[in-house]
Amino acid sequence: MQLNAKIPSGPLAEKWDKHITELKLVNPANKRKYSIIVVGSGLAGASAAASLAELGYQVKCFCFQDSPRRAHSIAAQGGINASKNYQNDGDSIYRLFYDTIKGGDFRSREANVYRLAQVSGSIIDQCVAQGVPFAREYGGLLANRSFGGAQVSRTFYARGQTGQQLLLGAYQALARQIGLGAVQMYNRTEMVDLVVVDGHAKGIVVRDLVTGKISSHAADAVVLGTGGYANVFFLSTNAKGCNVTANYRAYKRGALFANPCFTQIHPTCIPVHGEYQSKLTLMSESLRNDGRVWVPKAKGDKRNPGQIPESERDYYLERKYPSYGNLAPRDISSRAAKEVCDEGRGIGETGLGVYLDFSDSIKRLGKSKIEERYGNLFEMYEKITADNPYETPMHIYPAPHYTMGGLWVDYNLMSNIPGLHIIGEANFSDHGANRLGASALMQGLADGYFVLPYTIGDYLATSAKTKVTADNPAFKQAEEAVTTKTKKLLAVNGKRTVDSFHRELGLLMWENCGMARNDASLKTALKRIPEIREEFWKNVTVLGSNEEYNMSLEKAGRVADFLEFAELMCTDALDRDESCGGHFRTEHQTAEGEAERNDADYAHVSCWEFTGDGKKPNFIKEALNFETVHLQTRSYK
Amino acid sequence: MKLTLHVWRQKNRDDKGHMEIYEAPHVSPEMSFLEMLDVVNEDLTLKGKDPIHFDHDCREGICGMCSMVINGIAHGSQPGTTVCQLHMRHFKDGDHVYIEPWRSRAFPIIKDLVVDRSALDRIIAAGGFVSVNTGGTPDGNALPIPKDNAERAMDAAACIGCGACVAACPNASAMLFVSAKVAHLAYLPQGQVERERRVTAMIAQMDAEQFGACTNHYECEAVCPKSISVDNIAKLNREYARALKTRDYKIAGGGL
Repeated sequence: MQLNAKIPSGPLAEKWDKHITELKLVNPANKRKYSIIVVGSGLAGASAAASLAELGYQVKCFCFQDSPRRAHSIAAQGGINASKNYQNDGDSIYRLFYDTIKGGDFRSREANVYRLAQVSGSIIDQCVAQGVPFAREYGGLLANRSFGGAQVSRTFYARGQTGQQLLLGAYQALARQIGLGAVQMYNRTEMVDLVVVDGHAKGIVVRDLVTGKISSHAADAVVLGTGGYANVFFLSTNAKGCNVTANYRAYKRGALFANPCFTQIHPTCIPVHGEYQSKLTLMSESLRNDGRVWVPKAKGDKRNPGQIPESERDYYLERKYPSYGNLAPRDISSRAAKEVCDEGRGIGETGLGVYLDFSDSIKRLGKSKIEERYGNLFEMYEKITADNPYETPMHIYPAPHYTMGGLWVDYNLMSNIPGLHIIGEANFSDHGANRLGASALMQGLADGYFVLPYTIGDYLATSAKTKVTADNPAFKQAEEAVTTKTKKLLAVNGKRTVDSFHRELGLLMWENCGMARNDASLKTALKRIPEIREEFWKNVTVLGSNEEYNMSLEKAGRVADFLEFAELMCTDALDRDESCGGHFRTEHQTAEGEAERNDADYAHVSCWEFTGDGKKPNFIKEALNFETVHLQTRSYK
Repeated sequence: MKLTLHVWRQKNRDDKGHMEIYEAPHVSPEMSFLEMLDVVNEDLTLKGKDPIHFDHDCREGICGMCSMVINGIAHGSQPGTTVCQLHMRHFKDGDHVYIEPWRSRAFPIIKDLVVDRSALDRIIAAGGFVSVNTGGTPDGNALPIPKDNAERAMDAAACIGCGACVAACPNASAMLFVSAKVAHLAYLPQGQVERERRVTAMIAQMDAEQFGACTNHYECEAVCPKSISVDNIAKLNREYARALKTRDYKIAGGGL
């Protein structure tokens, strides 16, 4: 298969504007003749569904939660980046672009990232116009703060609830279209298959989670904004419902999966505390604006933090990365935390934790200022741990958070299956091997508000010629395949719960394909995953029937997909024999323990094509061409 | 610690429903309430019994999905806390814990503790937004907003739409929810144009969904996991009175 990323020619700064003028348009009167399915109602899905309906298309939107307002984008705390240069500190589109490319360790596509930086300003304007209550200065103008990997203040925020407020903005725009009848919304409905007719995506098969009814929906184009797959690790900062199912089933229908091994471990989470634990909680990265990260200098120093004098503390981020300090990017901060814990200097009962200390800032700024900036995060921390972070430093540790890999898309956000578009975290394109803080919200909204509504029209105008309805045999076949699989799950009647398999898989992935990987660990995982999968299909127990609200059945389908997807992830990690961003191969590090990239052999996107159950997927390479930036070793020193 | 759970079980919307008793023998204080239920559910599953269905997702106190009445209090005993952030350290060994779903005519039960809250979505769809299409908006700084107003808007906007206010209210009123959205948008310049239409349309929809009216019990504020203030209800009433007085707005449901 020959991949064409359709990157426009010409200078980087002019590509998008040029492309917009070249995209084919759909006449306003004809837009209502086209139907589009949007799966997912997070920042990407809701903004896309609302914008497409505003344009006049017939839109159907699906989400598995009880309301589109619950999508996991809601949990993002810290902020959203935009190159507005409101602070007069030297920010620019180019600088945001460069920080993002560098942050991603030069494994993302230049043209996509530049466009992201370009439209970032419009996103803020759009959200302000929707009534998103961003933080303001006393003069009434928008306030900013800094995030990791940047030396300017370009992060816009709404207290510690930025994702919530941006999502509510998009949800309200979507709700308006639902009220007007322009969007048909399907809550508590899960996509279980993609339907491809004559090589084009023409619809989906869904399961109503309340009644179990399997049904088909045909459309002229399908958009997936279904988020990331960090729950492959079982414990992650993702909501419990986040899953890979929609993406994975599209992959099985021919969509290429790109860079599945690129996962992000967030450095600022509350550490694991027990075996029953169901998820990990993120404390915002913004805390590192004022919090200082440290561990004792001596191994096994179990004194209370207050009793450890300044001279016996190691502020390791400030020591190792003096120019970025506590705001070093996530992959680097996470690895640095792992390193000090591996040395035996970790804190807390498990030794898997480091301090995030606000005492200096409280002294410098006063408690009320800190309360104003981070109050809700401090409360949340106290609820979970019963510790008061105003008095004693927070305990934090890295946790799986975001996935940069996803389905492959071209510059138009279209996958290799014509008519199938992938937006937000579900695609692979903008963050390379590591995502900088406050840029997931930016990408979700950029795709949904300002990219897809332009590019999808080009597909519809040029390619969506044949109308397909849900009585096409391809839908019946897909429905039957889904029903067969469901029956199979319900018939196993074994002795282990779905969660116990998910936990086992998650631990295996965390240990062998987590913060650090190597040839041996990946081979161990690759050997073990099929064994767990085999046991799953022989020994899982799923009670009840399909024709009812059945939580275990829902989970079982998702875990079955994780059990296959995990293998793809490890296969990709094994193939990429270099270290870059969040993908740290222990074989490839400098004497100082920094990631060592190999641009000669791996400056590419690794794409995987499904070839059949149990068969090794095909490897397809998209070379990354850097026309404007020069590849260089990332340094935050 | 060891707890005895009394849980509302109801197979589906048409089933009558009843309380059932389960033992939770190994509860540790660090567990969240939902993690405690996870463990109970694992056990039920292994015994071949249908696990207890409940709504949950982010487990960080922000998505608004979790919803259960614990010992008679929506979201349990801790003020300003969602169920997913309620930890077992607030219970004692030997406690009996009563777990029930949100109860309101407007929230039909789907199964066990899971209820249908789509009425809240329909209220938002009736007018809880600023009518702005994508693109062509002015620069974000073109319209300065006094910090105090932005903060007040944010206080109201923090509502997570969980519906606890409805569950706690003797009238099953959704006024705290509606008022939070109305106040959020009324404090901002962007929300002014549709101010009157918004409040009349949202209230009409609220009534159509058969939520009750507010009679100042303040139970909503007491259970709200985001501590949304009843001041917003006063604001809502003023906005509504103002809308009815200033212009003759037809009370209409559906999109504006």
